[in-house]
Amino acid sequence: MTGQTAGEPVTRNEDANHELSIRTRDLNLWYGENQALSGIDMDVYQKNITALIGPSGCGKSTFLRCLNRMNDLIPSVRIQGMIEMDGRDINDKKMDEVALRRRVGMVFQKPNPFPKSIYENVAYAPRMHDLVSRKADSDELVERALRDAGLWEEVKDKLHEPGTSLSGGQQQRLCIARAIAVSPDVILMDEPTSALDPISTATVEDLMDKLKQRYTIITVTHNMQQAARVADYTAFFHLGEVVEYNDTKTMFANPATKKAEDYITGRYG
Amino acid sequence: MNHSFEDISAQLKKRHRKSARLKWMSMGALGLAGLFLVLFFADMLVKGLPAFQQAQVQAEVQYTEQAAEIPLAALDEEMRPLVSRGYLRLIPQRMEADSDLLGTTRTEWVLADSAVDQYLKGHKTSLNASQQAVVDRLASEGRAELKFNTTFFTKGDSKMAEYAGIASAAFGTMMTLLVTLAVAFPIGVMTAVYLEEFAPDNRFTQLIEININNLAAIPSILFGLLGLAIFIGFFGVPRSSPVVGGLTLALMTLPVIIISTRSALRSVPDSIRHAAFGVGCSRWQMVRDHVLPVSFPGILTGSIIGLAQAMGETAPLIIVGMVAFIPDITGSFTEAATVLPAQIFTWAGEPDKAFVEKTSGGILVLLAVLIFMNATAVVLRKKFERRW
Repeated sequence: MTGQTAGEPVTRNEDANHELSIRTRDLNLWYGENQALSGIDMDVYQKNITALIGPSGCGKSTFLRCLNRMNDLIPSVRIQGMIEMDGRDINDKKMDEVALRRRVGMVFQKPNPFPKSIYENVAYAPRMHDLVSRKADSDELVERALRDAGLWEEVKDKLHEPGTSLSGGQQQRLCIARAIAVSPDVILMDEPTSALDPISTATVEDLMDKLKQRYTIITVTHNMQQAARVADYTAFFHLGEVVEYNDTKTMFANPATKKAEDYITGRYG
Repeated sequence: MNHSFEDISAQLKKRHRKSARLKWMSMGALGLAGLFLVLFFADMLVKGLPAFQQAQVQAEVQYTEQAAEIPLAALDEEMRPLVSRGYLRLIPQRMEADSDLLGTTRTEWVLADSAVDQYLKGHKTSLNASQQAVVDRLASEGRAELKFNTTFFTKGDSKMAEYAGIASAAFGTMMTLLVTLAVAFPIGVMTAVYLEEFAPDNRFTQLIEININNLAAIPSILFGLLGLAIFIGFFGVPRSSPVVGGLTLALMTLPVIIISTRSALRSVPDSIRHAAFGVGCSRWQMVRDHVLPVSFPGILTGSIIGLAQAMGETAPLIIVGMVAFIPDITGSFTEAATVLPAQIFTWAGEPDKAFVEKTSGGILVLLAVLIFMNATAVVLRKKFERRW
């Protein structure tokens, strides 16, 4: 890691916010015997978009899933090191993963709305977390989340149709609405546009740009143009390590490492 | 080397012939199966439908004081052997209940003896020549005819064929299945949910899984022995009762329900589980709110098919004593009862020829109930199915 101090980007983006959201120190992860992440030090800043790029199997999705402990679902996974959020180690025994996931939302690669109505997709989680109890509050929250996800105008007349009746791009925005309905601090996005057509991709990217005013977004992407377009910071992963973590402009214009330069210019990946 | 279309076609001919042959063979097998099914149903209907009709004769019934003592005295001599003994037996009771009857003579349609019934249906009969002549005369006067057999659907078993009905067995089946459903459905579904969604994948759970799969293949009579030893022998549940029958069938149905529930749960894509965890569901909330609603149609279908299978079981119920002779409809879960297949089994063993049609009639009723249950399974699945 070629940071100024451990975890910090090489070049700071002076336009961006510099309050810390998530900090990892010496994070290692094994799938059984195979080490998938080694010695990850990263500082993720609030209300920015941080893109994780790198060739397939480099550990970027694995890293992302560490941040809301989705890796707990895989029995063979072993994690070492520290992931700190709001002064707490999220892998601590006392940390409840349900509480963590309430503050760290997730959007998946393939749109996966619940097989329920559009309304229920959004209203389910807030109701479950006791954020709303009255019907009127719930209606208001659903409308707000769908507006924030830029979906309201398209679905306001068919809120009780199944979420799966929407197009792929609309479904993914529904999933984003579902994630922001519980007002999380961080939204993790695992290749959110890889299953979408170019127009839907552009819509989701615009949406990410708007959402970063209120949420910290960490996104994994295979598409380097996308990272260049939307991200404030970019981390380049290779073989389970962060090779370079940098301000996006610097990363694409003037990368500090040879490996990152080769990947970005398309020599491998 | 290049081939012309002719070369390739010549070579293809053999392959096409082979696939055509296979196609005809499969269609032949299907046709044969269909033929047997049609034969089976036709035979059942031909033999069983007459059971839904029963001969009745019009008789002058004299409610005299003598008749209250000796019921036969109520009838003319020539009518006596033609009327069901079951009807005669009731005369004193009816006279006691209704004192106005005493001293009157009434013309009534009376249930005929099964020999008359068989004679009118053109079967062999035990009536002698003069009795046959009487029946012929009555029939020509319109005083002996086949009418819809309400007795068959409202009464229990009887040693007199004309008085034997399927109702007590049908009630017994219903109560037994209720017990089976109440026990096997919740336990089976919860076991499957635990194994599929909660349990770690280790040696122990694999062992349990193998054992459950094996249980589904165990001969049902062994479940009867288990029921006899545990429920009757150890826990002292009353024998022949719907409770012990239901519990025994529940043992047998459990593996079917567990296996079908597990496969229904497994068919729910993981993306839904991830979505649920992603918004902060606990494991139980994930199962209850997202996985179970989606897999419910599959669980329901599997359970109903398991129950339908249990309904057709006879062997384990014979072991726990559910082949008893039950003339009255059972009103309690702990009293002796019988079930449809056991009733059919009993009738099949009766020496009286008149029971042949009862047997077939019982099979028709059993089939009708089975088809009804399977149709319910289809309808429920359609109703609860969600669009993705």
